[in-house]
Amino acid sequence: MASVPTIEGKRAAVGDADSPPATQRRVDLWTVAGRALPPVAIGVIVLVLWELLVRVKEIPYYILPGPLLIIGTLVKDWGTLYPSLLVTLAITGAALFVATVAGVLIAILFTQSRWVERSLFPYAVILQVTPVVAIAPLIIIWVKNIPIALLICAWIVAFFPIVSNTTLGLNSADHNLLNLFQLYGASRRQVFWYLRLPSAMPYFLGGLRISGGLALIGAVVAEFVAGTGGTQSGLAYRVLESGYTMQIPRMFAALFMITCTGIVIFLLLNGLSYLVLRKWHESAVKREG
Amino acid sequence: MIARLSRVDKVYGNGVVALRGLDLAVGEGEFLSLLGPSGCGKSTVLRLVAGLGEVSGGRIEWSGTKDGGRGDIGFVFQEPTLMPWATVRKNVLLPLKLRGVPPDEAGARVREAIEMVGLDGFEHAYPRELSGGMKMRVSIARALVTHPRLLLMDEPFASLDEITRFKLDNDLLTLWAKQRWTVVFVTHSVYESVYLSTRIAVMTARPGRTASEVTIDAPAPRDESFRTSPLYNEYCRNVSARLAEATRA
Ligand SMILES: Nc1ncnc2c1ncn2[C@@H]1O[C@H](COP(=O)(O)OP(=O)(O)O)[C@@H](O)[C@H]1O
Ligand SMILES: [Mg+2]
Repeated sequence: MASVPTIEGKRAAVGDADSPPATQRRVDLWTVAGRALPPVAIGVIVLVLWELLVRVKEIPYYILPGPLLIIGTLVKDWGTLYPSLLVTLAITGAALFVATVAGVLIAILFTQSRWVERSLFPYAVILQVTPVVAIAPLIIIWVKNIPIALLICAWIVAFFPIVSNTTLGLNSADHNLLNLFQLYGASRRQVFWYLRLPSAMPYFLGGLRISGGLALIGAVVAEFVAGTGGTQSGLAYRVLESGYTMQIPRMFAALFMITCTGIVIFLLLNGLSYLVLRKWHESAVKREG
Repeated sequence: MIARLSRVDKVYGNGVVALRGLDLAVGEGEFLSLLGPSGCGKSTVLRLVAGLGEVSGGRIEWSGTKDGGRGDIGFVFQEPTLMPWATVRKNVLLPLKLRGVPPDEAGARVREAIEMVGLDGFEHAYPRELSGGMKMRVSIARALVTHPRLLLMDEPFASLDEITRFKLDNDLLTLWAKQRWTVVFVTHSVYESVYLSTRIAVMTARPGRTASEVTIDAPAPRDESFRTSPLYNEYCRNVSARLAEATRA
């Protein structure tokens, strides 16, 4: 941003003796590359060793396929795997969306009164600590529509971090700022929109980043339990199916796609968080040294 | 006369008696400092005056407003207390926005306030891009933007280094001399209170009340030369002695 030199230049006019915190605003491409290099290098080394191991020891492909064979299978079976990816993505995305909307609304409800929070929060915790594998069969029995049942399972797993983080955020508005709002006779609505909601933003985004990964896990686990086939199958079913039919390379290819989906979700939500907070929040500030 | 506190007590919910029988009068246009040791109840006095808490005993009377209320009050906390997600302009605008002042008028007043504290050119900076002294200036601009009848400042420069603090002291004095607001300024520094004030109320240790008052009869446009004058030294010695006595008693 061009305003940085202005600030530095104008400091003389204000003439305070203390200097503003040194913040490095420009994202240096070399730094990014430098930071990405070690994990990428490790990945490449592991893949090469894996391929070598498989070839040298002549491990059969139905025990452990090599990376090249997995990539080959991924390309060959793309026609089956890609639609499954879309199904898994749709369930994950919908679950995350519903978890976000419901999570934020529930958090807002919690902050309206301590009593509401105290009465309902334990149930949110119960929902959170009950393993989704254990309740998924019930939900699948109760809800006839399989995609909806999967969505409910993924939602149960994903919503808690958003509820608990957003509740914490809404309650952690700066005490002096609350006093200031009171001094100027702010209404409850004004306090909520202008103070509590922005204060909660970093907490909410932290919860969202956790929930993104959990929604995917929820969707996959629920599909394992449901074990559905046919046109509506997601990646988890492809893993199951490949296991039954001993198509181990395809199993690895589907697994690989699930992992990649998780990484992409993580990166997207990280990016979103950075975009929203970069102007003001410490977590998005890059410091020198 | 703007406000009068008579026999004010303050007992907090946890049983701490912060103030007992405090008397204090705030006159129109004066720069009144509340001086006392840490924990003696200075902040409590400001909060009661601002209406951020109820007195437990005694009363606070106001004069000069139509409804007998406290009227517009500006408050500067010890920390800058800015909204980190908002620019300097939006931070200063806050009091006007909360009151629904029309945008045109609000814009003009925000510009005026930012200019007054010497921050023009920083309207679009975020708090984290500013130094401690500059953040404090934003906080002062925000307090001034409503043209308050009474400006309350709670150890506003205590967390700044001495050089920045002197600079802000001077700028505050210059503004005050020009605008003649009424200021109640809390500090635990004898030197700062003598330098700035027209009157100093020395408080006892907790439970706090005013032990004695000193009028600082020094020429109005004060500058750095006042800090080294014999008159200043004389007042500092006098006030220090009173503070020591009040704390001991
Ligand atoms: N909200 C509160 N609840 C309970 N005790 C408080 C509260 N605020 C201040 N106190 C107590 O009241 C006394 C006076 O506090 P304060 O007015 O902040 O003193 P000062 O500003 O002079 O340092 C202190 O002992 C403090 O611990
Ligand atoms: Mg205090």
